[in-house]
Amino acid sequence: MDEFTPRIVAFCCSNCAAAAATIADGLQHVLPENVKIIQVPCTGRIEVLHLLKPFEEGADGVYVAGCQEDSCRYTSGISKAARRVAHVQKILEEIAIEPERIAVFNVSAGMGHAFTEIAREMTRKVREIGPIQA
Amino acid sequence: MSEFKSGSNLEKVLRAGHFAFTGECGPPTGANVEALKKKAAYLKGMVDAVNITDNQTAVVRMPSWAASLIVMQEGVEPNFQMVCRDRNRLAAQSDVLGIYAHGIRNMLCLSGDHQKFGNHPDAKNVYDIDSMQLIHTVKTMRDEGKFLNGQDIDVPPKIFIGAASNPFAEPFEYRVHRLAKKIAAGADFVQTQCIYNMDRFREFMKQAVDMGLHEKCYILPGVTPMKSVGMALYMSRSVPGMDVPEDLIKRLRGAGKGKVAEEGIRFALEQIEEFKEMEGVAGVHLMAIEWEHRVPEIAERAGMLPRPSV
Amino acid sequence: MIIAEAKPNSELLEMVSDCSKVLVVGCKGCVTVCNVGGAKEVGVLAATLKIARRRQGRTIAVDEVTLERQCDPEYVDEIKDRIGDYDAVISIACGVGPQFLSERYPSARVFPGVNTKFMGGAVAHGVWEERCAGCGQCVIHNFGGICPIARCSKSLQNGPCGGSDHGKCEISKDVDCIWDVIVRKMMSQGRLDELLKFRPPKSWTTSRDGGPRKMIREELRI
Repeated sequence: MDEFTPRIVAFCCSNCAAAAATIADGLQHVLPENVKIIQVPCTGRIEVLHLLKPFEEGADGVYVAGCQEDSCRYTSGISKAARRVAHVQKILEEIAIEPERIAVFNVSAGMGHAFTEIAREMTRKVREIGPIQA
Repeated sequence: MSEFKSGSNLEKVLRAGHFAFTGECGPPTGANVEALKKKAAYLKGMVDAVNITDNQTAVVRMPSWAASLIVMQEGVEPNFQMVCRDRNRLAAQSDVLGIYAHGIRNMLCLSGDHQKFGNHPDAKNVYDIDSMQLIHTVKTMRDEGKFLNGQDIDVPPKIFIGAASNPFAEPFEYRVHRLAKKIAAGADFVQTQCIYNMDRFREFMKQAVDMGLHEKCYILPGVTPMKSVGMALYMSRSVPGMDVPEDLIKRLRGAGKGKVAEEGIRFALEQIEEFKEMEGVAGVHLMAIEWEHRVPEIAERAGMLPRPSV
Repeated sequence: MIIAEAKPNSELLEMVSDCSKVLVVGCKGCVTVCNVGGAKEVGVLAATLKIARRRQGRTIAVDEVTLERQCDPEYVDEIKDRIGDYDAVISIACGVGPQFLSERYPSARVFPGVNTKFMGGAVAHGVWEERCAGCGQCVIHNFGGICPIARCSKSLQNGPCGGSDHGKCEISKDVDCIWDVIVRKMMSQGRLDELLKFRPPKSWTTSRDGGPRKMIREELRI
C-alpha cells in the first residue's frame, strides 16, 4: 500500500520564512512537494477563516511560519497568528478533528535548514495522524 | 404595659444593662432533630439567645424557622436569621409573621452568602430586597403595623431587630457609616463579624461611640475561638472580609502541639474581658462553630455565668 | 450593545446532524461588533460545518448570508425567497434574531448559533463586561453613575455587603466589588452623604419580573 502523503498548506511570513526559503533553496534543501506555500506580508493578518479554508478544500494539515516572538517585523504579528492558530485548534477539537493538524512555527531569515525541516516535521506529524477524511 | 419592642429575653437582658452573651447554632444538613437538640442542650442557660443560621454559606439545611422552634422547645431562646438571597418580599414578610406567630421574638437580617459558594451553585438568587431594606421592612411591620405596600397588618409582629456588621470589610472608612445606616433603618442590636484584629476594632468602636451609635443600638462584637492554626490560616486567606493579624497566627503556632485550641480559647477570653470594659459594647456574640460543647466551659471561664434572669 | 459568545461547534453539529442544506444567518448589529455573529463569523461557521462533515464522510451544503439586522422585520424579509431551500437555519445573532426568523418563517427550523450573554461594552480588545441589567428604571445617578443592579452580585442598593474584600467581590477575586468602587467614587466627589440615604425597595415591575416587556411609541407608528 502506498504511504499516505498529507496535503499541507503553509502560510509563510515574507520577512523571515520566505527569506529562509530562499536560503534553503540556495543550500539545495528541497522543500517537500506536498507542502504548498502561501506567502503573506505579515502573519498577523491571517484570519481564522484563512486557516480553516485549506481544511475545507481538503488539506490534511496547516501551519504558519512566522517571525521569532521577540523580533517580529511588525512587532506582534506572529503572536496574533499564534492566538488565531490556538482558536482554530479549539474549533477542530470541537468537531472531533485532531488539533495537532495545525501549528505555528517561529523562524528567522537565516534559518534555511530549519525552514525545510519544519515542512518535513509537519509532514511526518500529519502522516502519523492520518488523512483527515474518514 | 409593654415598654419593650418585642419582650424577648435578649432585649430584656440588654435593656436591664447586663452584658449580653449570645451564641450560635447551625441547623443540621438533614432532619436530624436529635443532633440539633444536643447542640441546644450545650447552649441552654449559657447564653441569652442563640442565632439560628439560615442556609449559611448557601448550603441547604433545615430552615432557620424550623430549627428555631425546636431549640425554643428545648428552652433556648432563638435569634432567627433571615437572608435575602432565598426570599422575595412576599416570602420575607410572610416568614416574619410566621415566626412571630410561633413565639420567636429576635430576628437577624442579612444579605446572605452568594449561592456560588454553596452546594447549589446553579441556583437563581432572589435579592428582591437587601438586608438594609429587610431591616426597614421588619421595623415598619412592627412599629407602623404595615406591610411594604402600605397595607395594615392584622396583629403586627413584635420583633427585636438585629443586623450584622463587618467592621473589617473594605472600604474600611465607610463601615461605620453603613452601621449607622442600618441603625437608622431600624436595627435594635448589631452582631459583628468575628473580631480578631483588636486594634482596628477599637478604632471602629471609637468612631461608633463618637457618632453616638451605641446609644441608639446594642453593639455585640463577634468572637470565634480559633481551634487550630489551619483554621486561622483558612479564615485569614479564604473568608472574605476577615482580618486575622499575623501576630495571632504566630501566637497560635507558638502554643505547641495539642495546645493550640486552648490558646485560641485564651485569646477569646482576653477579647471578652476587653469587650466588657470597652465603651459602647453591650455584649458578646460567641460563634463557636461546630464547637457548641465547649460553650459552657468558655462561658464559665469568661465569667458569664450564671446568665441573668430578667 | 448585546454581547454574545459562540456555541461550541460540537453542539451546533449535533443540532444539524440530520440536515444536508443549511443557511447560516449573521447580523450586522451588536454581534458583528463583538465579533461573534458578523459576516466573518458566518464564514468561519460555514467552513467549520463543511470540514466537520467531510471528516464524517458526509457532505453538507452551507450557504451564508449576513443581514443588516435580525431584529427588524424588513431585513428578516430579505431571505423570504430562499428560506424554503434549507433543512435548517442557524442564526448567529443574539436571542432576538432566531426568534424573529422563526416567527417570520413558521415552517423553517431555526437554531441559535450563539449564547446571548449580557448588555455591556468592550473594556479592552477581546474583553467585554456587563453594565446594564435592563431593569427599566435607571437609578445610576444615585450611585456615582455606576449600576449596582447589574454589577453587584447581589444587586444591593444599600451596599457594600460584608463580603467585600480588598475591592473584590466575595464570589471571585476576579470580580470587582462594585460597591467599593461606588463608595470610593462618592467619597472622592465629596458626596458620601448621598450614599447614606436609605434606598427603599425597588419596584421590579419595569424589569423582567413584571412579565414580558413591550414598548409602544405612538408618534412613531405608521
